[in-house]
Amino acid sequence: MPPAPCALCKTNRALILRPKDHSKLCKSCFISVFETEIHHTITTNTLFYRGERIAIGASGGKDSTVLASVLKTLNERYDYGVELILLSIDEGIKGYRDDSLETVKRNAKQYDMPLTILGYDELYGWTMDQVVEQVGKKGNCTYCGVFRRQALDRGAARLGVRHVVTGHNADDVAETVLMNLLRGDLPRLSRTTSIVTSTPSAVSSDPNSHTNIKRSKPLKYAYEKEIVLYAHHKNLDYFSTECIYSPEAFRGSARALIKNLERVRPSAILDVVRSGEDMAKLVPGSDVSCERTCSSATPAAEEEGGCGSSNGRTAGGEMANMELQLAQNDVAAEAGLEVEITSSHITSSQLEEHTVKAVQAANGKNGRKKKGLAITPRKNPKQVMGQCKRCGYLSSQEICKACVLLEGLNKNRPKNSIEVDYEVQEKENGVVQCVTNGLTRVHITGD
Amino acid sequence: MSSSKMKNADEIAITVEFSGGLEMLFSNERKHSLSIPANDQGGSRSNIASLVRYLCQNTMKDPRKDLFVLDGTVRPGILVLINDADWELEGEDKYEIKSGDNILFVSTLHGG
Repeated sequence: MPPAPCALCKTNRALILRPKDHSKLCKSCFISVFETEIHHTITTNTLFYRGERIAIGASGGKDSTVLASVLKTLNERYDYGVELILLSIDEGIKGYRDDSLETVKRNAKQYDMPLTILGYDELYGWTMDQVVEQVGKKGNCTYCGVFRRQALDRGAARLGVRHVVTGHNADDVAETVLMNLLRGDLPRLSRTTSIVTSTPSAVSSDPNSHTNIKRSKPLKYAYEKEIVLYAHHKNLDYFSTECIYSPEAFRGSARALIKNLERVRPSAILDVVRSGEDMAKLVPGSDVSCERTCSSATPAAEEEGGCGSSNGRTAGGEMANMELQLAQNDVAAEAGLEVEITSSHITSSQLEEHTVKAVQAANGKNGRKKKGLAITPRKNPKQVMGQCKRCGYLSSQEICKACVLLEGLNKNRPKNSIEVDYEVQEKENGVVQCVTNGLTRVHITGD
Repeated sequence: MSSSKMKNADEIAITVEFSGGLEMLFSNERKHSLSIPANDQGGSRSNIASLVRYLCQNTMKDPRKDLFVLDGTVRPGILVLINDADWELEGEDKYEIKSGDNILFVSTLHGG
C-alpha cells in the first residue's frame, strides 16, 4: 500500500487510522485532534469550573496517565483555571502495585502535580495481601472493589477536594453497558453511562465529609486504542500490569466481545456507548438513579479509577460484584430499605415493576422481592439514604458494605464465607454469625 | 528453531517490540532484534502473518499463546504498528516485511 497522507494537514504521512470515523491522520494532527475532543467533552458537559481542585485517580496505567497528561495540557492551553492533583490508592499488593506506584511518582514529577498515595492498610487496617491470605483468591476482588470505591472518596475528602476524575474510556463504558444489558440491570446501566456521578450529599452538611464527592470521566468518549496510541506517540511513561490475584482476567467475555466487535466494525464501541445513553434516558430517574441503593454499598467496579484489572478486565471480580449488587438489592428490598429515586414524574408502581423485572430477569428467581418493594413509600431520599453508623459513609443500610466486609475480616471469618450469596446472607443475619465463625480462628490471626 | 540458527542471505533483520503488558509473554524483554526467514514455508515473502507464527514458535517462551494469537491472527485488542504506522494502513497481516522494519505489538488489554 502506498503511504496515505494525513486527512487534515495533507502533508505528513498518516500513521493513525481513527476507529470512530476511519480518518487517516499523521502523528501531530492525531495528538491535536485527540486533545481537542477531550476538551470538547469537558466543555460541553461542563465538567469543571474555574478554581476547582480536581484529584486525578492515578494508577500509573495508560488511562490515568493519559488523563493526567491531557488535563495538564488542556488546563494550560484553554486556561480552565483548575488545580490538578494526583491521588493513588495502594491496595497493598506486593509485586503489582509497587511498580505502578513508582510510575505515578514519576508522573507527579513529569506533570508537576502533587501526589497523595493512600493505602488500604492506612484506611482499613488491611492490605489486599492480608485480605487474600484470609479469604483466599476467590472473591477477593469484591473486597478490593468496595474498598477502592470508598478509598478515592476518602482520599479526596482528606485533600479537601470535591471532584475526582477517573480514566474510564469508551471501551470501559461500552463493556459495562453490555454487561448490564446482559444482566438486565438497566438502572445500573443508566448510572454507569453518565459522565458525571456523585455520591449524593443527602445527609452531609459537613464540608469535609467523604460522602459528597463528584466523579467524572473525561475520557468517556475516547477509544482505548487511541489512548494507547496517544501514550505511544507522546512517549508517555505508563505501566502495564495485571493484578496478580486475577491473572488472565482480561479474557473477560464482555471485554473480548467489545474487542471482537471493534475489529469488525470499529465504530461499534461508541455506538454501544450512545445506545447505553439512550437506554439510560428510558430508565426511570436515570440521572439520579445513583441515589438508589447503589451509591455507597455498591462495589461499583465500573467506577473505580486506578485499577485496570478491576476496570472491566476482571471478569470474575466484576461479575461477582454484580452478583453482590443484585443480591444486595434483594436484601434491601426485603428489608424495605429500597431507596426511592427522586424523579417526580415516575410513579412508584412503574418503578417497582421495572425493578422487580430487572432483578428477576437477572436472578432468574421470582417473587422474593415483592414484599419489600410493595411497601416502599415515596419519600424524600434524604430520609432513606443514611450514613453508615461506623464510618459515616453514605449508605442505604445501617452499616456500609466496607464496614461489613471489614467486620468479617476483623473477626477472622473462615474461607468459605466469601461465597457471594452466602456473604450477603451473612450480612443479613448480622454480627452473630460473624462472631461464631470468628471463634474458630480467632486465635490464629490477630489483627 | 532451526531457521533462526541458520544465518544466510535469505533472512531479514528486523526489530520487534512488545509493550502494554505483552512483554510479559516475551521473557519480559521489550525489544527483540530478530533475523527471520525472508520467505515463509510456502515460498512467498514473509509478512506479518508469518512473523506472528514465527514469534509463537521461536521467540515466545510463555505457553499462553492465546494471549497473543487468537483464531490465527493477532488477538483483538492488541495494536500492531509497522514503523509507527497502524497496520491497518499497511495491509494488516498481509504486509510484506522489509529489512530494518520495526514492528511493535502493543496490548490495550492490560490494566494499570
